[in-house]
Amino acid sequence: MAHAPDHADHVGHGPAHHRAPIGMYLAVFVALMVFTVLTVAASRVNLHQWNTPIALAIAVIKATLVILWFMHVIHSPRMTWIVVISSFLWLGVLFVLTFSDYLTRGWPIY
Amino acid sequence: MTTTTIDDAPFIEPSATAPRNYLNDEYGVLSWLLTRDHKRIAVLYAISVTVFFMVGGIIAFMMRLELLTPEGDLFTSDTYNKLFTLHGIVMIFFFLIPAIPAVLGNFILPIMLGAKDLAFPKINLLSWYIYMIGGSFGIYVIITGGVDTGWTFYTPFSTQYSNTHVFAVTLGAFITGFSSILTGLNFLVTIHRMRAPGLTWFRLPLFVWSMYATSVVIMLATPVLAITLVLLMVERTLHVGIFDPALGGDPVLYQHMFWFYSHPAVYIMILPGMAVISECVAAFTRKKIFGYKFVAFSSLAIAFLGFLVWAHHLFVAGISIYSAMVFSFLSMIVAVPSAIKVFNWTATMYRASVSWQTPMLYVLGFIGLFTIGGVTGLFLAALGIDVHVHDSYFVVAHFHYIMVGGTIMAYLAGIHYWWPKITGRMYPEWWARLSALLVFVGFNLTFFPQFLVGYVGMPRRYHAYAPEFQVLNVLSTAGATILAAGYLLPMIYLFWSLKFGRKAGTNPWGAVGLEWATSSPPPKENFHETPVVTWEAYDYPAFLKAMRETQHG
Ligand code: HEM
Ligand SMILES: [Cu+2]
Repeated sequence: MAHAPDHADHVGHGPAHHRAPIGMYLAVFVALMVFTVLTVAASRVNLHQWNTPIALAIAVIKATLVILWFMHVIHSPRMTWIVVISSFLWLGVLFVLTFSDYLTRGWPIY
Repeated sequence: MTTTTIDDAPFIEPSATAPRNYLNDEYGVLSWLLTRDHKRIAVLYAISVTVFFMVGGIIAFMMRLELLTPEGDLFTSDTYNKLFTLHGIVMIFFFLIPAIPAVLGNFILPIMLGAKDLAFPKINLLSWYIYMIGGSFGIYVIITGGVDTGWTFYTPFSTQYSNTHVFAVTLGAFITGFSSILTGLNFLVTIHRMRAPGLTWFRLPLFVWSMYATSVVIMLATPVLAITLVLLMVERTLHVGIFDPALGGDPVLYQHMFWFYSHPAVYIMILPGMAVISECVAAFTRKKIFGYKFVAFSSLAIAFLGFLVWAHHLFVAGISIYSAMVFSFLSMIVAVPSAIKVFNWTATMYRASVSWQTPMLYVLGFIGLFTIGGVTGLFLAALGIDVHVHDSYFVVAHFHYIMVGGTIMAYLAGIHYWWPKITGRMYPEWWARLSALLVFVGFNLTFFPQFLVGYVGMPRRYHAYAPEFQVLNVLSTAGATILAAGYLLPMIYLFWSLKFGRKAGTNPWGAVGLEWATSSPPPKENFHETPVVTWEAYDYPAFLKAMRETQHG
């Protein structure tokens, strides 16, 4: 942590917070609304096996917007990035190992 | 009556008249209920978890009474189902998970770091209130008729069939989860940001490393429990298909998600125990812990590997055999860092001049019993053996060896070790040794027969059993009686010592560590001046030399 005095005996004196202009929030908000409309619209069209992936992709984009801008991660120190990324790695562990069960249930048993 | 003597002059001069400390700084109920002092919050937690421990213990004793005879003569099978469910929920969610972190961690961690308080004192108080709200749901459910799903709330029973208070109790567990999340968050930020000048990562006491690992697990695992319980409540009340195959769901998915939290949660329960053990081993052998860095990193390794093994609870639930083999292998690996700790503690004791005060007795109990618990865990992780002993008393014995023989022993070790610091009084040593002995004997008599009776086929969670299992069950109930006496004694003599115990002085054990450099009980702000750390953790040789010099000089 380059920025943080290692021995601070109080917290809250982290790096100066970038005050994002209100326009930025509005832009993200509008984008989220557009994607919401898109989700509803996409669900009305029969895209066969693609409906779910598309809905999930839109959701991922929206979540990314929220995390990066609404939650200020984009302007946050490296430590915050580490926390965010490792949380997603953990989610990856949950998915990969759970699917190690579901995807191999059909495999033959010798 | 005992005369009170002051052994050693406090390190830090108290004001000449009434020495101020966190206990007498303010008076009145509100000064406690609205406190932001981590030490007072620790005391609030101590009282609350003790109440829950007694509730869980009484229920356990009722079960042991029922199991004295093969017939189900004391309770109906339905009542018995409720008893073991409530016992598990109360002990795990309302006692074991908060016990060491929220009581000992809350009190000691900031002092070990040389800090005035945790990073977020108000959030700390909030976590206690959240815990109490969650706990009230538990109490409400107990009073109004109970719940019978087992502490694991398995579907489809919990979502479709059980007509007991599943919703209220899962809501209670859900709420309580947030109190651990807040505690974990508070610890992480405090450890990162509030260490005293000079207190680098590798000078931290191992207690701090273990608490750090615990907090990481709490932060990453508990939200998954929260989500899982919400899904359960949603399916139960709104009949949305998540776990119900008839609605397109999958009941095994519940077990995956539940154990993705609950296996790491067993490490939320044992890592803090290991934290206490490291401190006590160093203090009572007067040595630096052998292989400090290995012990420190093994905590992190446990935190990480603990997330990769959960499906060992599902081996016979119908998961893919290929997946089961992977999980079996990973489960064996997780035993390695635990074993590293056991070896290093033992190596620390090797050729040391060990002193046999009560905390050290509990430490020895912990090391032996935790090892038995861990090794039988390896039995269970072996696929073939698990098919045989799954859902038998063998499993019950396994996890009680770890959670009762491990965590509760460590908690008692810690309570005795830091009691002089927390209260300023010594506990009566001989009574405490007696109770440690009762706990050890009672514990083994209660749970060792369960390994045997489980191995020969007695299933868990039934109120009646085949007559050939009776002898071992009678032994177990007899052991539980001794164990109960062993737990009641400390409650009495610790309470007694509050008024009549010998005054402790700053450092009754002659231990190193910042908590032993401030007066007992500590002042509200912990230290009158922020300490500067220039020594390694457990630097007993230097400490003993300095002591000798001050005495001569
Ligand atoms: C040393 C590593 C460990 C291994 C390899 C291990 C392995 C296992 C396995 C395979 C089971 C499932 C048995 C079955 O249901 O058939 C199990 C159950 C259990 N273990 Fe462990 N375990 C270990 C450590 C721990 C620790 C540290 C704790 C607690 C602090 C713990 C608590 C439990 C609990 C609570 C259960 C039973 C849960 C239930 O079904 O109600 N284990 N263990
Ligand atoms: Cu497990």
